[in-house]
Amino acid sequence: MCGIAGLIHRGKSSAVGAEMTSMLQALKHRGPDSTGYAVYGAPLKQGECIIRLKVAEAEDMEKGRGIYQVLEERKAAVDKVLAEHKVKVKSKHEATPYAMRIEIAFDGDMADLAAHLEEQEGVEILSIGNGLELIKDLGDARDVAGAYALENFKGTHSIGHTRMATESDVDIRSAHPYWAFPYNDVSVVHNGQITNYWIMRREMERLGHRFQSNCDSELLAVYVAHYITAGKTLEETLRQSIQDIDGVFTYLVATKDELGMAKDTMAAKPLVLYESDDLIAMASEDVAIRAILPHEIETSDPYDEEVRVWQT
Amino acid sequence: MANVSDDELKAMTQEERVTALGMRTDQLAGRAMRVEFDPDEEERFEYPWAPQVDFNKRGEIDADDFDTTGLNRQIRAMMAEGYGTIVLKNPRGKHSVGVGILTRLNLIIEGSCGYFAVGLIDGVNVRVNGRVGWSCGENMMAGTIVVEKNAGSTFGAAIRGGDLVCKGSVGSRTGIDQKGGTIIVGGDTGALSGFMMQRGRMVVCGNAGKNLGDSMYDGTIFVGGKIQSCGVDAVEAELTDLDKAWLTRKLTQYDLLPAKGVDHFTKIVAGKQLWNYDNLEPNEKKLIL
Repeated sequence: MCGIAGLIHRGKSSAVGAEMTSMLQALKHRGPDSTGYAVYGAPLKQGECIIRLKVAEAEDMEKGRGIYQVLEERKAAVDKVLAEHKVKVKSKHEATPYAMRIEIAFDGDMADLAAHLEEQEGVEILSIGNGLELIKDLGDARDVAGAYALENFKGTHSIGHTRMATESDVDIRSAHPYWAFPYNDVSVVHNGQITNYWIMRREMERLGHRFQSNCDSELLAVYVAHYITAGKTLEETLRQSIQDIDGVFTYLVATKDELGMAKDTMAAKPLVLYESDDLIAMASEDVAIRAILPHEIETSDPYDEEVRVWQT
Repeated sequence: MANVSDDELKAMTQEERVTALGMRTDQLAGRAMRVEFDPDEEERFEYPWAPQVDFNKRGEIDADDFDTTGLNRQIRAMMAEGYGTIVLKNPRGKHSVGVGILTRLNLIIEGSCGYFAVGLIDGVNVRVNGRVGWSCGENMMAGTIVVEKNAGSTFGAAIRGGDLVCKGSVGSRTGIDQKGGTIIVGGDTGALSGFMMQRGRMVVCGNAGKNLGDSMYDGTIFVGGKIQSCGVDAVEAELTDLDKAWLTRKLTQYDLLPAKGVDHFTKIVAGKQLWNYDNLEPNEKKLIL
């Protein structure tokens, strides 16, 4: 099943971390396995970005005391790579023993840096962004928001996901949102099944893209990032995706200053939409939107093949 | 089953064989529906366990005080006390509100509901002063549901009777597997509305999405706006004076009659080219064929 949610404030920042937590907690019944957020804060200066990465899976922490020694070695390996690339580390924070947030200043080749970091054993980059921070972990929204202090996060927009694992494992690697390696600030959440996943993945891999997982949703992130970097607008990319990608799906895409949605040709997967002058909110179910807007509001269901994009 | 031997059956024509087996061969078409129940049965059927309620006895429930199960139990507890009009406040998108009520009741929902709102009902009059999520009124047998705002997909899935009305627009697959009753949509409806429809009527005052009436076996769909496309075996038919009179009466009843009347409506019916459907049950067909 899975639950997806998105919200975007126009022309202002808000407590998007807390808002998204309320929405995702209301969708917990759609997927209790893991919860993920892509939150977009105020953009940093040119050349600065935030790396969110993990050095182990949550389940690795059950392997006994020795895991802490392993984690220290992996973190040291990350530091060594950053030093080799002459990255200026502005701050470093560990929300959990295996998840790190590193704010850096770097004007080199980001793709090369990302690839080098992921060559280190156990290291997986969740996101790199000028405004994007991608957080995902096992448990419900309250658990994840508490561990990663998301209640205090201020920003303009966010997308989130509650996952019911079907075709891949219950782990952080298979949790949503997906970041489009190595492109800054693009994230995707998805509800559905993509039936031509392997054909499309092969096509993307031939174009030089790499995948972190075997989850079909990751394809959307890679696909969107590919066409955006090729010069298409987000709206053009989403429209094309409906023709190129088979299956039943509703998915949300966020970039540094946009939030978009796309539905498949059958409108088989739900999405409810609320729009006002200063806030757009959408979710798999009404109950999530009403978790942040308790007063009576007008909502609607987008139709088949519908694509919408909103700016901050 | 009639007391006839296999040899006797084999010697008969198909018509004789069907009659001998106690089956019927009349065509199921349009509104020519058979009377399946005893016409002397009381018009207002009530389940023997149904509580006696008084429509003038009115009570309120604050949905904030209950989870879904508790809320539905509270409705039943109030009905057992004789409340015939129940106002439900603050549903805030809760799912499965007011499901499975099989007796008379006026249920007024002040706010919006989630999935499966007032499904599986038989005889309840419901007004929702908000929107509803997917599958509102699913499998309803009788009664009236009026939704003042929009509705999600599969609105009125498999309904068998009663009037299901959405004054706004609805999502996709409206009236999927509809088996009777009337669905009325004040605005637009999405793709595959009337998919596998078997009986009843659907009225869409606005536009209809692609594949309208796909694989419908029977029933009638009226559309006031544009039809993106008709599905397999859904064909346009002549809008008769009887249809116009019915549309006018029904839309007036729910304050949805367009200013320009109903002459512009398009009528869609089954082309009846789907030969995998007839009026015999599979085990009956096995005996004959």
